[in-house]
Amino acid sequence: MKDAPGTSGLILEEPLLWEKGKKGRNGMSVSASDVPAAALPEDLVGDGPDFPDLSEVDVVRHYTRLSQWNFGVDTGTYPLGSCTMKYNPKVNEKQAATPVIAAAHPMLDDELCQGTLELIYKLEKHLAIITGMDHVSAQPAAGAHGELAGMLIIDAYHRSRNSKRTKILMPDTAHGTNPASAALCGYKPVKIESGKRGILEVEDIRQLMDEETAGIMITNPNTLGLFEENIREIAAIVHEKGGLVYADGANMNAIMGIVDLKKCGVDVLHLNLHKTFSTPHGGGGPGAGPVCVVSELEKFLPYPRISFDGSEYSRDYNRPESIGRIHAFHGNFGVLVRAYSYILTMGAENLRMASQLAVLNACYLKVQLKDYLHLAYNRPCMHEVVFSDKRQLEHKITTLDIAKRLMDCGYHPPTIYFPLVVSGAIMIEPTESECLDDLDRFVAVVRRITMEAMEQPELLTNAPQRFKVKRLDETRAARQPCLCG
Amino acid sequence: MRYLPHTQEEIEKMMARIGVSDFEELFPTVPQDCRYQGDMEIPGPLTEWDLDVHMEDIRAKMKVGPKYKVLIGAGSYHHNIPAIVPYLTSRSEFLTAYTPYQPEMAQGTLQGVFEYQTLTARLLGVDVANASMYDGASALAEALLMTLRLGKKKKRVAVSRAIHPHYRQVIAAYFQPTEFEIVELPFNEDGRTDLSSLTRNEEFAGVALQSPNFFGVVEDVESAASMVQDCGALLVSGFSEPLAFGLYKSPGSQGADIVCGEGQSFGIARSFGGPALGMFGCKDAFVRSMPGRLVGETVDLDGNRGFVLTLATREQHIRREKATSNICSNQGINTITAAMYMAALGGTGIRKLARLNYDKAEYLKASLVEAGGELVFSSPTFNEFVVGFADDFSKKQRVLRDEKIIAGLELGRYYPEFANKYLFCVTETTPKAVLDRVVEEVKK
Repeated sequence: MKDAPGTSGLILEEPLLWEKGKKGRNGMSVSASDVPAAALPEDLVGDGPDFPDLSEVDVVRHYTRLSQWNFGVDTGTYPLGSCTMKYNPKVNEKQAATPVIAAAHPMLDDELCQGTLELIYKLEKHLAIITGMDHVSAQPAAGAHGELAGMLIIDAYHRSRNSKRTKILMPDTAHGTNPASAALCGYKPVKIESGKRGILEVEDIRQLMDEETAGIMITNPNTLGLFEENIREIAAIVHEKGGLVYADGANMNAIMGIVDLKKCGVDVLHLNLHKTFSTPHGGGGPGAGPVCVVSELEKFLPYPRISFDGSEYSRDYNRPESIGRIHAFHGNFGVLVRAYSYILTMGAENLRMASQLAVLNACYLKVQLKDYLHLAYNRPCMHEVVFSDKRQLEHKITTLDIAKRLMDCGYHPPTIYFPLVVSGAIMIEPTESECLDDLDRFVAVVRRITMEAMEQPELLTNAPQRFKVKRLDETRAARQPCLCG
Repeated sequence: MRYLPHTQEEIEKMMARIGVSDFEELFPTVPQDCRYQGDMEIPGPLTEWDLDVHMEDIRAKMKVGPKYKVLIGAGSYHHNIPAIVPYLTSRSEFLTAYTPYQPEMAQGTLQGVFEYQTLTARLLGVDVANASMYDGASALAEALLMTLRLGKKKKRVAVSRAIHPHYRQVIAAYFQPTEFEIVELPFNEDGRTDLSSLTRNEEFAGVALQSPNFFGVVEDVESAASMVQDCGALLVSGFSEPLAFGLYKSPGSQGADIVCGEGQSFGIARSFGGPALGMFGCKDAFVRSMPGRLVGETVDLDGNRGFVLTLATREQHIRREKATSNICSNQGINTITAAMYMAALGGTGIRKLARLNYDKAEYLKASLVEAGGELVFSSPTFNEFVVGFADDFSKKQRVLRDEKIIAGLELGRYYPEFANKYLFCVTETTPKAVLDRVVEEVKK
């Protein structure tokens, strides 16, 4: 029965789109024309793309089967460090899909689209309050896009002072996007080694910061899940040398209502609405990466800025010092609607509670697992905790094996092999969405896997066994690329 | 709060295990002078039902709602979306998954993106398409940066003035901190880009056009490709309306080196301009300089077909500051949406739909000219075209607006020389009766 689709329970086989279908089927109705046929410019007309013809049922079954090969937050615990895989509320989806929002055209005159302008304006205000920053632009379409906007702002700031700086300080725990975003602005990243405590040390910054350096990019809490407690002193040193402090807000979920980033000395910050503010990750996007600044830098924010005169909202294009436009329209508006709905649903107290519970959950996992997995830094953690495979390596079991075995046990693995400063890192971020029962079940499974690593290592090295495919040959994919069917 | 599952009893139990007595003790490393003072002054919490009321208030402030016939495209198009598309994309196995870094657990996303890449490559006539960029504008900016990576020591690019004005603004922002120069190419009276100033001496790494361009005019990509390549540069062919390639020759098949643009037309709501879909493809030879994610086919331990993210050595998480781009995502669910739409439409359907769009736009174009309008550009167009009127059309536009018809986009704001010229867009969603009503008003 090898040709039957149901070879593994409910994981059904499904070919590629163009391996099915028959010429002449269709999955979407096209109206008959109510106008006369016009003459075609024959020299420009082509044959049209070679797409398969499928019926509606073909398409529906295809994507339903594909979806069943996936694991999402709605399927189960997804403790992926630094990604904040919290629950994505359904009411947010409903709001973003309402016909008025979905049909809004981005080039309408201001007076015709007051509602969408109001929503962006208010979201920007709320995000300013939550972070402590003065002004926000919701235009960047992703975290890395927000970083780019932020670095463009830092570049514009230095140019406005007739200063050209060439370097930027970058902790070795930074996300890869940080150096890549800085490089797009021509800055050479200067690596700061993490100190013994896993955080930045004031002396290191004092030695590295100079007047050729545009500033520093700091993720706080950092990717080890530790709060950069020297941030104010570090910011003072950077400011003294004429630099600016950029904060990567990837880990904002630990600190809502707890930390004021402006008070920390931060000048520019980006947020990830798809992390902290509950919008779905969509298997890779779209997210949104608003950029937040202090008053002095407001003039550099992307245009159009949305303003309110007390009765009307309008788009302001007359922004001579702005970094310009970085998205064709207003950024990922549909994502902004979801984040706005989330903030209003939560209110101030629950947002703060979400951060407290996210930290509580991570601290709980740290205590419950530290006798089973090597703890990279035994210091108070925030919303995520980083372990490693140091103990399991004695039995030739790696982080990858542990991750794959977790999959067979019904969990999405944590982030692995990041941050780079921890060899074989296992970075766990449970988020506030997981209840105690689920955490305890996860703890029991991880503990059992560490036992298996000693007693039945093949359960780990042969994992996963229970998915549509076994371990995939990533080397072959890169050496003999097949990117198009 | 329904999203926060902890009971007070559980919180206390967990705190006891950790060895703290209150939430404050969970944050010992946050210095006092970094602390948030007081409460965050934001509204809420709202129940689901109160949120509905609040959002309805906001929606009620939109003068132009879904019942309007908006005859404006300009990078954001109204096409019918079949019910299966939002139904299937809302499956939370797709929607609530992360980037497929654990491929065995994300074959749905990965096969879906591989299919998207393939259908997109076929549509654009290129060898390879990536897993998508943010939108058409950032895709174009990234494409020009890519030509500079490929063009080694070259420092200049040329950009047609007939490209969407917003896209050109985005290119300018991306280029601002770099040492590279952008030269603007004018357009001819027929609405096509004037490439006559290009010479080998100019040392352009890349030349960017848009086809159909902002005026709806279909560029002569084939001639442009040979002229640009003769000058030693790469041709980047942008677009904002991919449905055009259901009827017109694809840019890749005419020799464009990089083809990129906006894919919103394929099943994605306008949603005030985003989230959208930056489609991006190129010739095989340039793949390793490409920005963005790629999904590739491989096999598992048993030799069964599977899909993984690949060629990651171009990307920021491996290459850091030496990456081809800082992008760390793709448009995820929107790529799946576009692939579903292309699959539902099929080869036969896209041809039929593109022809319907063409015929309807041509009908309005001819009728407006007959009614006294002046066609600004003579070249063939798709979906959009520019018309001028002898008298002040804005008053008539206002009358039509009261009848829930938004009749065109005035171009003076974007091109001062085209004040009182209007960019019209017609798709399959506009009935003939609406087009006739516009023409009737013009005749008055």
